[in-house]
Amino acid sequence: MRRITPLLWLLFSAGGTVAAFLFPIHLLLLGLAVPMGWLDALSYESARALAKHPLARLYLLVFISLPLFHWAHRFRYTLYDGLQLKHLTTLIAVLCYGTALAGTVMAAYTLWKLG
Amino acid sequence: MSAGPRYTLYHPGWYRRRVSVWWWLQNRSYAGFVLRELTSVFVAFFAGVYLWQLRALAQGPEAYAQFLARLKTPLFLALDAVAFVFVLFHTITWFNLTPKAMVVRLRGKRVPDHVVVGLNYVAWLVVSGVLAFILLRVRS
Repeated sequence: MRRITPLLWLLFSAGGTVAAFLFPIHLLLLGLAVPMGWLDALSYESARALAKHPLARLYLLVFISLPLFHWAHRFRYTLYDGLQLKHLTTLIAVLCYGTALAGTVMAAYTLWKLG
Repeated sequence: MSAGPRYTLYHPGWYRRRVSVWWWLQNRSYAGFVLRELTSVFVAFFAGVYLWQLRALAQGPEAYAQFLARLKTPLFLALDAVAFVFVLFHTITWFNLTPKAMVVRLRGKRVPDHVVVGLNYVAWLVVSGVLAFILLRVRS
């Protein structure tokens, strides 16, 4: 664990930067503007065609994976400090980083399956 | 990171006051700290929504239509509205921390903090504008 700590901090800050720059506009469009009807949803064909572009695939993988690792790292320490769960260190770390890793694998697999 | 202290037989335990789990509500800056840390939950939530959208795209038109319909439910509208506020809070706190995490020097002089923060906001607006432009153009 100790040996990969610098890597985890790097993923935390990279993911925090990705989320800070990219999440507000995407959340505004997909989460609010489209469901509220301010904006038409992308048709299935154009959404799929857009996601299949090689650059878009890379973008989407980074967009999903790094912020998940950002969450894993930050939430892990919040659980330690906020809920005083220091004795569950290993379990919490495995659950947090495991979730981020699972999300990354799932995103990569799905992007690959888009064909 | 370490497991708790180990006591030996003749070593007395230390006196420690129990701290409430709600310690962070007693002070504004503590509450701000915990709210800032909790933005990560909403960051993960939205990453999950995007992953869900990708899976729907891979599965077919019906799954995609179902995904869009689900986002219109009051539950997801409320979650997305709250998430938007928290994500904005993340962006603002993240940018304001940047000069503390990274000292930028130009010709041997330290670039003032507010310039570093300001450039972050400018870059953010440009990136958001470009993304909105691309995503809106695909629609027309």
